[in-house]
Amino acid sequence: MKLFDNTDAPVNVLDQAAVQAQGPIKGYVHSVESFGAVDGPGIRFTVFLQGCRMRCQYCHNPDTWNIGVGDEMTAEQVLDDAQRYKAFWGETGGITCSGGESLVQIDFLLDLFTKAKARGISTCLDTSGNPFTRDEPWFSQFKKLMAVTDISLVDIKHINSAEHKKLTGFGNENILDMIQWMSANGCDMWIRHVLVPERTDYDNYLTELGDYIKTLHNIQKVEVLPYHTLGVKKYNELGIAYPLDGIEPPTPDRIHNAEKLLHTADYNGYKTWLPKK
Amino acid sequence: MKQLDKSQLKDYWEGFNGGRWQDEIDVRDFIQQNLTQYNGDESFLAGPTEATTILNNQVLNLKKQERANGGVLDADTNVVATITSHGPGYLNKDLEKIVGIQTDKPFKRAFMPFGGIRMAEDALESYGFKPDPEMHKIFTEYHKTHNQGVFDVYTPDMRKARHYKIVTGLPDAYARGRIVADFPRIAIYGIDKLMADKFYDFEHTGDGEMTDDVIRLREQINDQYKALNDIKKMAAAYGYDISKPATNAQEAIQWIYFGYLAAVKTQNGAAMSVGRIDTTIDAFIERDMKRGVLTEDQAQEFIDHLVMKLRMVRFIRTEEYNSLFSGDPIWATLSLGGVGFDGRHHITKTAFRFLKTLDNMGAAPEPNITLLWSSVLPDGFKRYATEVSITSSTIQYENDDLMRTQWGTDYYGIACCVSAQPIAGGVQFFGARANLAKALLYAINGGMDEIGEVQVGPETEPISTEVIDYDEFMKKFSVQADWLADVYVNALNAIQYMHDKYYYEAAQLALKNTNLDYTFATGISGFSHAVDSISAIKYGKVHVVRDEKGVAVDFKAENPDYPRYGNNDDRADNIAKWLIKWFYGKMNTHHLYHNAKLSTSVLTITSNVVYGKNTGTTPNGRQKGEPFSPGANPAYGAEKNGALASLMSTAKIPYQYATDGISNTFGVTPNTLGHDDETRKDTLVNMVDGYMENSGMHLNINVFNKETLIDAQKHPEEYPTLTVRVSGYCVYFADLTKEQQDDVIARTFFEEM
Repeated sequence: MKLFDNTDAPVNVLDQAAVQAQGPIKGYVHSVESFGAVDGPGIRFTVFLQGCRMRCQYCHNPDTWNIGVGDEMTAEQVLDDAQRYKAFWGETGGITCSGGESLVQIDFLLDLFTKAKARGISTCLDTSGNPFTRDEPWFSQFKKLMAVTDISLVDIKHINSAEHKKLTGFGNENILDMIQWMSANGCDMWIRHVLVPERTDYDNYLTELGDYIKTLHNIQKVEVLPYHTLGVKKYNELGIAYPLDGIEPPTPDRIHNAEKLLHTADYNGYKTWLPKK
Repeated sequence: MKQLDKSQLKDYWEGFNGGRWQDEIDVRDFIQQNLTQYNGDESFLAGPTEATTILNNQVLNLKKQERANGGVLDADTNVVATITSHGPGYLNKDLEKIVGIQTDKPFKRAFMPFGGIRMAEDALESYGFKPDPEMHKIFTEYHKTHNQGVFDVYTPDMRKARHYKIVTGLPDAYARGRIVADFPRIAIYGIDKLMADKFYDFEHTGDGEMTDDVIRLREQINDQYKALNDIKKMAAAYGYDISKPATNAQEAIQWIYFGYLAAVKTQNGAAMSVGRIDTTIDAFIERDMKRGVLTEDQAQEFIDHLVMKLRMVRFIRTEEYNSLFSGDPIWATLSLGGVGFDGRHHITKTAFRFLKTLDNMGAAPEPNITLLWSSVLPDGFKRYATEVSITSSTIQYENDDLMRTQWGTDYYGIACCVSAQPIAGGVQFFGARANLAKALLYAINGGMDEIGEVQVGPETEPISTEVIDYDEFMKKFSVQADWLADVYVNALNAIQYMHDKYYYEAAQLALKNTNLDYTFATGISGFSHAVDSISAIKYGKVHVVRDEKGVAVDFKAENPDYPRYGNNDDRADNIAKWLIKWFYGKMNTHHLYHNAKLSTSVLTITSNVVYGKNTGTTPNGRQKGEPFSPGANPAYGAEKNGALASLMSTAKIPYQYATDGISNTFGVTPNTLGHDDETRKDTLVNMVDGYMENSGMHLNINVFNKETLIDAQKHPEEYPTLTVRVSGYCVYFADLTKEQQDDVIARTFFEEM
């Protein structure tokens, strides 16, 4: 498989939608998981959308990077599949779009979430925020998307933009801009942060991130996700060098430390959170 | 037989709400009239008393000695176990609130030759005990056993099917078990009333023609009557008069336990179920608490001591038996919860108290705790139960809505591992399993056994083309399955006839109605492999590799992406649905002993390892000798769409045919369920609710990391009470054979990525 490198990945998502203008919008789906219990509130049907421009060193899904490949599916097809698991969702569950980076396929995502809400299915967006821009027409699409998104899981890879660029290939300015907009516009969020020794696990950065999150509104939960090595196998299969070779998962002590610095215990909205009807 | 004056019983029943149960034996009505629902959480529960801790340490220590001694601590060699064969035995008489053990010493195993003298002797010898030659003489020359009876009538075909293991685990050498006795009857009515009712039934059975059926039933009632009298004598030896109803909660639990003790003193069954005792016990506890004579600490202590006794029950078995059902299980299945037909749930504080025993005395495989689940159970209980699952992996969940509707009663219990049974009026004849994966290979090989390479099934032309033709295969599969259904059902007819004759379960059946509805249980092994193999042949273009004798030894699917069971894909799942109904139909064409109603099951306990060992490579790519997946679980590695897709496939199997149970064993790592305890509980509650809402029948839930099991295999001494749920029951991981441990480790674990 040819993998796009960091810098010149195509950005023509909207063109892709234009090509499909005659028929229903189709999304490129990498895979689905019927049982997502850590992909947002409750049990969720998780759709992994194909394509991401970031090259996070700890990414455990490098097979989802390529843009414009994968199974082509319409929103109806995805929702028909998902709805078979409705009985497992209780009051809080539903569908989550993850990736890859879901926002790469924002037109499809908007179509999918709009139709999901029409069917009474709760929607959750798992994003790194990397595609965010206030340029049009993208920004209008995003605003429409937020109107049909019950909650977003926003992954802040690094609070320091220079470090963010080292870690992912991109700075974080537009990502923090997106979060600001969501904070100001009543969008419910979980903030997640992957704790990687020698990359993100530094007290000064964690303190800075913790302080930043404190300034935000609508934060239902803050989670520290300890880096794990489950992705290594995929790198080997894809024949890509593993960037974090030799780095072990963080110790329980460091995880606890990060949770303290990010004040995770202060964000308990998730315990009583319910999706909008 | 003296007539009982009912006014005598009234005094004992003071403080209970009256009802029909006072005129006729009707435990169900007693429960309905005296149910105190509990909708709160677990905060009221009490920890262990000092006595409980001392006694429990004694039991754990005995267990340790037993393991060190090779599995058995002590065994009788010359006392034949009966209800009254042993005097009283104790752990520590001064501390035990509930008393009674199977023999005269704790953990000493009883000698039970009625199922078969050779088995009883083999079992003793395999643990280094010397059987008494006098016993051998008695049970060969003077008294016939069940095992002898069966082998006296088996046909050559039956012996062959058994020998080549297309039919395995038949209860022809051990007791069939699977009787849920109505133990609460003793507590509510006392033994005298039960004896009086049996006497009445005896007098009203067969006044006219002495037909075979009438003769059999009159003899059985007589045996039951004697058993009741013996239970009374056994209790008297412990200093209790159980002729009258229990006067308080401690007595109620003790009376119930004496009934159970009689069962495990006389039968080494394929399951020795405790049944459904939680609501009855709760009514007695509530009455005592209202009277101000019982505290929560005391109530919990009684329950703890009862459960401790259930954990101490032991049988001595042959190595062959242990390889099928590993880990010394007795299936003391205890059903909790459920919902009444009036819509009220049956969650009482006592259901919580039973779960609390796992905290007070640590995790243990027995009793086999089974929650009769419904979405209407209160949230506090659901969450507490899932918490226990997360910490100890000791609970199985069964669909009360499904079973209550199917069986037409809300007073049923779980017999054996998974099967439902009406407690007052139903009985199951247990019948092991037929290997459909092997039958499928017989179709390909013209009835030739692929391991023994001899003709076992009917001789047909083997499939000789390179690619298996689906239509040809299906025609030949039908021929082999017809033969299998015939030989299997008729072997069971012989077994049930002889079991009634030589090893009748008088003590347990004395505690049920006299006129019973019988189900004729059968089972299927190799289910998922048969389904995937048929799908491979239908959709995958399967090429055959044959050995020099022409026997198919390997298969290769040209299209390896054919649909597989376990992905919520109707193309494969419809084969699963069809297969059950099809084989049920074939078995149902036969005469069934005692006019029983046919039922089947897709549950294999740990025997999936042995069945797999004796089955050649199957067209779905499972290699010769590899374990089958357990119960109704999809084949290892077949599941590609995650846990719920897998559950949905299993949930589609029609329960109306497989009324003996459709078992699913689910393994998941804690972090897949959620990143904190509350989320994990929420996830499990929603998962079980969703599975049941989709008509899923049974779910074992194991929550741990694979690494824990691997470490426990290496260092068993550090994990003496690590329990895992295998299809339909629960075992100490350390008590499994190495092969079975490997199998449990290899089973699908759902992990987050």
